Amino acid sequence: MNEFGWRQALRIITLLIVTVLILLPLLATLLAGFKTQGDLATNPFLLPRQWHLEFYGQIINDPQFWTYLWNSLFISVVTTILTVIVASMAAFVFAHIRFFGSDYIFGYLLMGLMFPFAAAIIPLFIKVRDFGLLDTPWGVIVPQVAFGLAFSILLFRTFFDEMPKELFEAARVDGCTYPRFYLAFTLPLSMPIIATVATFIFTGSWNNYLLPLIMLNSRETYTWPLGMLQFQGEYIVEWNKVLAFVTLSLAPAIVFFLAAQRYIVAGLTGGAVKG
Amino acid sequence: MGGGFRCFSPICPPIESTFMSDLTPSGAAKAGATVIKARGRDGRWATVLLFLPPALLLFTLFVFLPLIEGGQYAGYKWSGYGEGPTDWRGMRNFETLSGNSTFLRSFNNTLIFVAVAILIQIPLGMAMALMIYRKTWANTIFRLVFFVPFILAEVATGLIWSFIFDGDYGVTSIFSTWFDWEKVFPLSDRTWALPVLLFVFVWKYFGFHMMIFIAALQSIPEDLIEASRIDGAKPGQIVRYVQIPLLKPAIAVSVFFAVVGSLQLFDLIIPLTRGGPSNTTHTLVSYLYNFGLVRQKVGFGSAVGVVLFVVSFIFAITYRATVMKARTEQ
Repeated sequence: MNEFGWRQALRIITLLIVTVLILLPLLATLLAGFKTQGDLATNPFLLPRQWHLEFYGQIINDPQFWTYLWNSLFISVVTTILTVIVASMAAFVFAHIRFFGSDYIFGYLLMGLMFPFAAAIIPLFIKVRDFGLLDTPWGVIVPQVAFGLAFSILLFRTFFDEMPKELFEAARVDGCTYPRFYLAFTLPLSMPIIATVATFIFTGSWNNYLLPLIMLNSRETYTWPLGMLQFQGEYIVEWNKVLAFVTLSLAPAIVFFLAAQRYIVAGLTGGAVKG
Repeated sequence: MGGGFRCFSPICPPIESTFMSDLTPSGAAKAGATVIKARGRDGRWATVLLFLPPALLLFTLFVFLPLIEGGQYAGYKWSGYGEGPTDWRGMRNFETLSGNSTFLRSFNNTLIFVAVAILIQIPLGMAMALMIYRKTWANTIFRLVFFVPFILAEVATGLIWSFIFDGDYGVTSIFSTWFDWEKVFPLSDRTWALPVLLFVFVWKYFGFHMMIFIAALQSIPEDLIEASRIDGAKPGQIVRYVQIPLLKPAIAVSVFFAVVGSLQLFDLIIPLTRGGPSNTTHTLVSYLYNFGLVRQKVGFGSAVGVVLFVVSFIFAITYRATVMKARTEQ
């Protein structure tokens, strides 16, 4: 019993230390936007000596801030929709139609999982430039869809394979064609996996930095991570403004991700550890 | 247990398929003539030709071809403009790399990140998972909190921590005020910049591994734990001899993501150090970006890409061999 008590105490202390290490920087960030520079310099972690709203106000009233968020939202939503459509169609073929070489094509697409996309970033840049997509949202969207395919097809196929095959056979007997079966049965029955794939792709796109950094080069097309660093470059020593910007851009994402976290987790584990 | 890896196909593609019966002799025999009729008229080829090309085209154009072209460009000196690469240099780019101390440092840093991911991040994630995997309300809150760093964008995380470690404002400024020290700027210090990066790196990603382990721990039947307890196993022994061995598939998944992710680390570096001070904290990708892309050295940058590709390839083969071996032994 005594040993148990010690273990429990140690456990709780560890958990609390880790909690503080995680929450303290985030709290400091949130509060920094309410402080003046002078206050922040001597008092980085505690409540502001005097609350100031103008730094947050300045960013909320800056149309550029909303342009960044809108660009990110547009790119993320379109990337997500396209990835779900293209990947689920391909996975449908792999799950339902066997033909000579289909295993090889599946293996070919899955190669995308093994290799870091950063390795090919320069040829990718040249390709996107030659297609005339530089500095457009499509220059980010199209490569993102391409890179998300391997993972998404894998998740979709795993899910489709586990759907009851009697349904498929019955539909076939009734003369249902493949495309109709895909639209009328496969997609409506796949909402859990669509949610997982969509959340995962959306998250990746929303937070993506390297690809937009390379493909976008004007403030009108910037996504929010680019805009954030741009802003930091302009207000290099004014941490209160920079951190107000950070807080405002993180807030919607945190709410969304906490709500969707079970889908993210499902995507990450990919059913792999459920045994 | 044996099914643990079935879904993780990049490493071990699934062999069975639900609709395999279409092609197997027994299936064909049972269905008889209808199968042959179906082959011709059920539109399966039309479906294949309609459903598969978008994925194939996108993947080939924007993933596969760039990888191949990267290998080709690596042999040239090219600014990226004009007709295409013409100035063939053979292995010169790789020779330059092998003698470039900044590159070697970046390579080394990347390996350090991989090592820290495996030796600190994953064990920490596992320890946290073991502490909070049971479903209680307090654990749910801890789980949410510990997962927050993972969902923050890398760039935002980097900015937050560069504030915390700013000698004029953050933690370091508090210490220098309290103890009347000189102001310190760990992120522009050649000794401390990398350790700080590693700390932020662990902070950011341990929650990801924790989630994988929590999912795995929750799938271990409680009866098994209970039985070992009745047999007299101490809590530490249950962890050591019951839970950790059953976590092997989850560890394999964790290692895979940790290595592939660490090899590509870039976003976190830029807001914290931009590779500095004096280019001591570059990773392979930030080196590639800085010395290849930004300076329009297409051939040189592609050579770095090839190195990254080769390292990933070696890892993929080793990983596959190890995991496959572990599977057949079970």
